[in-house]
Amino acid sequence: MANFSSNQFKNGMKVMIDGDPCSMVDVEFVKPGKGQAFTRVKLRNLMSGRIWERTFKSGESVEAADVMDTTMEYSYYDGELWYFMDPNTFEQVGADENAVSDAKPWLKEQDSVTVTLFNGNPIAVMPANFVELEVVETDPGLKGDTAQGGSKPATLATGAIVRVPLFINQGEVLKIDTRTGEYVSRA
Amino acid sequence: MSDWQPSATIERLTQRAALFAYIRHFFQQLNVLEVDTPVMSQCAVSDPFIDSFELDYSPVVGIDTQKYYLQTSPEYAMKRLLAAGSGAIYQMGKVFRNGECGRRHNPEFTMLEWYQPGYDDQQLMDEVEALVQPVLGLTSIERVTYSDLFMRYLGFRPEQVELAELVAETKKHVDIELEDDDPDTWLNLLLSHVIEPQLAHVDAIFVTDYPASQAALAKVRLNGAGEQVAARFELFIKGVELANGYHELTDHQEQARRLRADQAQRGSLGLPQRPLDDRLVDALAAGLPDCAGVALGVDRLLMLASDATSIAEVIPFDHTRA
Repeated sequence: MANFSSNQFKNGMKVMIDGDPCSMVDVEFVKPGKGQAFTRVKLRNLMSGRIWERTFKSGESVEAADVMDTTMEYSYYDGELWYFMDPNTFEQVGADENAVSDAKPWLKEQDSVTVTLFNGNPIAVMPANFVELEVVETDPGLKGDTAQGGSKPATLATGAIVRVPLFINQGEVLKIDTRTGEYVSRA
Repeated sequence: MSDWQPSATIERLTQRAALFAYIRHFFQQLNVLEVDTPVMSQCAVSDPFIDSFELDYSPVVGIDTQKYYLQTSPEYAMKRLLAAGSGAIYQMGKVFRNGECGRRHNPEFTMLEWYQPGYDDQQLMDEVEALVQPVLGLTSIERVTYSDLFMRYLGFRPEQVELAELVAETKKHVDIELEDDDPDTWLNLLLSHVIEPQLAHVDAIFVTDYPASQAALAKVRLNGAGEQVAARFELFIKGVELANGYHELTDHQEQARRLRADQAQRGSLGLPQRPLDDRLVDALAAGLPDCAGVALGVDRLLMLASDATSIAEVIPFDHTRA
């Protein structure tokens, strides 16, 4: 596997730290006027989700992680694992709770998601930026109120609860931004 | 689509021009002479952790090249002018440091450097304060010794701990795999990784009386407790290192010794050996007037004055677009 030198570090780079694949969340060059240069990196351990900072000497290198992002379709949940299918090979992989934690509120069958594979095993699942989900429960919509402010909670088909405008009714399909968890529009 | 566009907005560049004009006016009022020393020099800075760009000068195209180095600060040349009787001088221009690139670093940047004969570090701090106060809208700036700063933020005094303790203390705060028996490496890590982030909440602070081992080109003197300290100060604004000043070393023998000590340290670290500036030593031997000098990062000053988050936002084209 290739190595990356500290001067190549950038956000999103995947490297092996203490045996675990980690993603660089933030990379900062630190150098006092008269002192040695260091690279301070905020890392996220892709196995445990832990985020911490590590400092590297100038020119220090780390091993690249054999991590691959693939687009897959969410298939089903069997009570223990969430299963995803590669739409080209129809191959399925099962991801555990830890891997799907960020994506869980937005997982709808047949939706495309990004699955991060490490040595072929799914370690993280990222939903699309926008998903369309049906409202299964909310207070009845207020007629005529289409623009004014005010919001109410609505439960979506996946169980996620989001704030929606007062005019939204049960049964409607909504567009949600998964990065913020906020309502965008009617689908 | 190429990235032909500037990295700074035109509005920021207008502020930049106004800052240049303000600085020149400030020194004109004080009767400090503007100078522009060479950007290319046959000698390079000695500091082990500052890397110079190398150039090839060819008297005939393509052959017989001679090495030149881009200045990393105009310090040596300005001291030669001082020794020649220039009186108070300032220079604002580009300096170059290889490999320095990040949110607060660009490999070429604009440095303001000035020297005041007859001043010591305390008097020069007054002048730095007078320069930056209107730009940053600050009231008076606190002065804290390096030792007190460590006591305040880390609960110990650097001069009172052994290397092993210092390493253990650093590793409590900083996750790093490093073996280094130079205490200054660990002190720098603590300053940059632990203290600076806390100084982010402090509008402005002068750190004074650096450890003698970090004197660089400052005089070493005794403090009130009879310990050797460097007559060196740094100004931090919201945790950003903005200026570094000295009550300047004038002893040419000590100057020669420090240049050679830097070269030896470069050798032991496997860093490039570059020609040392003997002309600086000769100028000191001829007589550098007692003076204080300071270098200030103008781009960083503009970052702080305009709430920019990266140096790219305050220079026309950062190095990725240069």
